[in-house]
Amino acid sequence: MGASVTTLPLLAGCAETYSTVHPAGPAAAAIATLWWVLLFGAVAIFLLVMLLLALAFRRPASLPAPSTDASRERFWIVGLGLGFSLSVLAALLAYGLIIGERLLPRPDADLVRVGAQASRWRWDFTYADMPGQATQGVLHIPAGRPVDVEITATDVIHSFWVPRLAGKLDAIPGHVNVLRIEAWSPGEYAGISSEFSGPGYREHRFTVVAHDGAAWEAFLRGEAP
Amino acid sequence: MNALQRHRALTRIWSSEQGWRGWFTTVNHSDVGRMFLFAAAFFFAVGGVLAMLIRAQLATPRSAFMGPDVYNQVFTMHGTIMMFLFAIPLFEGLTVYMLPKLLGTRDLAFPRLTAYGFWCYVFGGAMLIFALLAGIAPDSGWFMYPPLSSTLGSPGINSDFWLIGITFVEISAIAAAVEITVTVLRYRAPGMSLDKMPIYAWYALVVAVMILTGFPPLILGSILLELERAFGMPFFQAAEGGDSLLWQHLFWLFGHPEVYIIFLPAAGVVSTILPVMARTTLLGYGWVVAAAVSLGVLSFGLWVHHMFTTGIPHMGLAFFSAASTLVAVPTGVQIFAWIGTLWKGSPQLRLPMLWILAFFATFVIGGLTGVMVAVVPFDWQVHDTHFVVAHLHYVLVGGFVFPMLAALYYWLPHVTGRKRFFKLGETAFWLIAIGFHVTFLAVHWVGLLGMRRRIHTYDEGQGWEVINLISSIGGFVTAVGFALVFVDIAVNAAVAIRGSRDPWKAGTLEWAMPTPPPAYNFASLPEVQNRDPLYHDPALPVRIARGEGYLGTPRGDRRETLTVSITSGRPDYLVVFPGNTALPIMMAFVTGGIFLGMLVKAYWLVPLSLVGVGALMMRWVWTLGRRDDVGPQDIGRGVALHSAAEAADPPGWWGSLFLLLADATFFGSLLFGYAFLWTVAPNWPPSSYLEPDVLGLGLVLAGAILAPLGIRLAERQVERHAAPYPGLALAAVGGMALALAACLVPLGRPAPDFHAYDATLWVIAGYALFHAALAAGMTLFLAARAWAGFVSARRCGEVRTVRLWVDYAAVTTLIGLAASYLPGALT
Repeated sequence: MGASVTTLPLLAGCAETYSTVHPAGPAAAAIATLWWVLLFGAVAIFLLVMLLLALAFRRPASLPAPSTDASRERFWIVGLGLGFSLSVLAALLAYGLIIGERLLPRPDADLVRVGAQASRWRWDFTYADMPGQATQGVLHIPAGRPVDVEITATDVIHSFWVPRLAGKLDAIPGHVNVLRIEAWSPGEYAGISSEFSGPGYREHRFTVVAHDGAAWEAFLRGEAP
Repeated sequence: MNALQRHRALTRIWSSEQGWRGWFTTVNHSDVGRMFLFAAAFFFAVGGVLAMLIRAQLATPRSAFMGPDVYNQVFTMHGTIMMFLFAIPLFEGLTVYMLPKLLGTRDLAFPRLTAYGFWCYVFGGAMLIFALLAGIAPDSGWFMYPPLSSTLGSPGINSDFWLIGITFVEISAIAAAVEITVTVLRYRAPGMSLDKMPIYAWYALVVAVMILTGFPPLILGSILLELERAFGMPFFQAAEGGDSLLWQHLFWLFGHPEVYIIFLPAAGVVSTILPVMARTTLLGYGWVVAAAVSLGVLSFGLWVHHMFTTGIPHMGLAFFSAASTLVAVPTGVQIFAWIGTLWKGSPQLRLPMLWILAFFATFVIGGLTGVMVAVVPFDWQVHDTHFVVAHLHYVLVGGFVFPMLAALYYWLPHVTGRKRFFKLGETAFWLIAIGFHVTFLAVHWVGLLGMRRRIHTYDEGQGWEVINLISSIGGFVTAVGFALVFVDIAVNAAVAIRGSRDPWKAGTLEWAMPTPPPAYNFASLPEVQNRDPLYHDPALPVRIARGEGYLGTPRGDRRETLTVSITSGRPDYLVVFPGNTALPIMMAFVTGGIFLGMLVKAYWLVPLSLVGVGALMMRWVWTLGRRDDVGPQDIGRGVALHSAAEAADPPGWWGSLFLLLADATFFGSLLFGYAFLWTVAPNWPPSSYLEPDVLGLGLVLAGAILAPLGIRLAERQVERHAAPYPGLALAAVGGMALALAACLVPLGRPAPDFHAYDATLWVIAGYALFHAALAAGMTLFLAARAWAGFVSARRCGEVRTVRLWVDYAAVTTLIGLAASYLPGALT
């Protein structure tokens, strides 16, 4: 959340329908924070490399530099090439794995389960709490509760993606993939299929509607929200 | 003989034919290398025009310039052409042209194979260009995921052009890889031990071995998908026990190594040029070689990072995420070795150096975003968005195109023997380097704002319009820059003034010859004592021209060179290369019949062309070898060597060995696919499994024993000066038993379109049948060769070459049939 506040000035005036850097749920927020960390680290490393490169052309005489090939190899290859790369990458990997772990679909007392089935070019949604009922093009979820989406496809490969809520997961014929999403607050969130599927790909969209507690109960009772 | 007479004699021997015929019959590596480079440049221009169409379409929201039908073909062909018809062939062309010159030899190991590969590339590429012009080009994206690319999503001929055309082109990659491998290992200047090789040769070796092990999974995948499309064999259809994920595994098993197959030649170029530009030698030669080798190995362990969003289990994700970040370490080692080299020397800002600096700035950004997408949660957000589009262009343009432009400007004086005299190159540099970053830097951001790749247009109001417009402007500036490069080359080749022989004061052997290089490269082969021979002996070019090296005295019409032992570089054998011939282009043409027959569903053409290829191959091999034992021949400097025809491991044996490495990878991928379907695919088990039967088991066991036994018996007979026919007959019978056993597998089974299991059985049986029949055929052909007098106790290399193929057929048939029987035996 902190990260998204810092980004807002950068993005003044931009729409945020599909934006991964305007998270509206815990998974997307964790990844948005991850992005800002990655960007910061990458810019620092890039500037370091460019500085070393520039100094090769205009090195002040006062700057000490290794003078034999053996000491040069120790400094540049063992020190920077191996030592620096390995430590940065190990830290990054650990951070990535911890975040990945947090995003896994885990058991939760509050959990809601829904199904998403992609076809060219529509989305059909089913609800474990409302057997036999389905919606097309609109997925209803309760706000503030974790939702597991069981994703599959009937024809070609598609992908279920609601950028402001979580990362994407593919819809593959013959397989069911489970994605954990959650919206902090009630509202409408844009969903898109993000695996190329032919001529109708661009229009292959859906909407996620997050309800407050009362509206969700009403939806489950079959009353139009 | 003085230097001029030697030059005239060698030129007569090594040149292509005069006039237009020379284009089609040349087998000289300089000619074919140039033709490769021209063809690759042509395809780059075509791919570039497609890129401009894409940028024109995306410049404004709601663009009506192209509809999705056309746009889908345009972006699919842009990726396909740049990857398969530009990047890989450009590496092949550069290496075919430059490698013998760097290694101090006169040609590549198999000159006719070079030409054959080139013509396969041209014919295969022509199929795709035809599809593009006819408006029936592939339109499923360059990685062709089924079911979208299969009959369900793409019922027309579009996908077939991709599967068949690209497989045809892959022949050239495999051919080039075999010959680069054998050339680096055996065809070097005397005294050039492995640790004295120019660094580019190491990179070329690593890349060639990677092609041999990286391309077969793609070739297998293309064959399986084409079988599904043509005959309904359901490898990728979940309802019939197939799995669309199998394609993704096979494709990325190729596709990830492919990224390094593209990057490593460029890294080799940087490692070659950067020290020269800094007036010093490469820092950490051994480290850089180790980094290149470990990149090659590691790159096979991270294909799944293209599949992070397909629902791979979490442990698997952790492993592949770790492997994907680990691969950045050898890259880091190289980057810092290069910067350390610059610190060690005194770098000069000449044009190749400018391109290397552009490479640094661009590739480091691409590498860093690559590490980002290796972090799985981040990839879940940006996968299939324009963030990835920007990342891959930074890596491929920064990590391949820019170093190749450095190579162009570094070696152009060598190719043309002239100086550049306009500042065209510098202007082009600034246009391209700045234009590229304007095009792609902000595209990262538009990806984070949720712009998916491959959408043909977009709406206003999402914060995408300005970035896309800027990107398109940058794209057109870049295109103008590339057009200037083409103009620069044309001007240089046509009107510039003559330059000096070694304008950069480099130390490697390619600068020890006159420029433009003569057809024979070296008037005599130098004895090499260190990595930069010209630094230690500036008079070397003169001594080479005076014939003070090896083979300085031309003999008749013979194209002579030497092979050396692998590690030490000690001269081993005298090699006589075949001369100009139309055989390669004829064979490529007939090979095209196989692919054309599949493409237009004229299936009768396929077996007919196969027979034609077989006949031409026999003709091809028949011209090699000798009918008498000559014994050691003088190669100058007081040394005499046997000819390669009298070697126990002739070049053909080495070529077969590395071709079989690719073949074994293909077979391994097939078994992997079988195991994958068996364990992962939905709708298994099939209604019934193949039951092991006594006849089949007996035949395969008998064949697997008789064939290797027979060929060994023949070898023993040849060594004892006896007729090898009983042994060869035994080997042929063994091969036929193997073939028969393979034919029994599909008998009594349901049709191959019934279930992926049966479809797989057909392919395994077909593979075994092909290799068993090939082994039997080679044995019979060897008998004919022996009858004609080509085989003797001294000239036993052919027997040993056939032994490789017979053993391979025995082992793979045994394994393939055991794998086919396994599920039935277990249940």
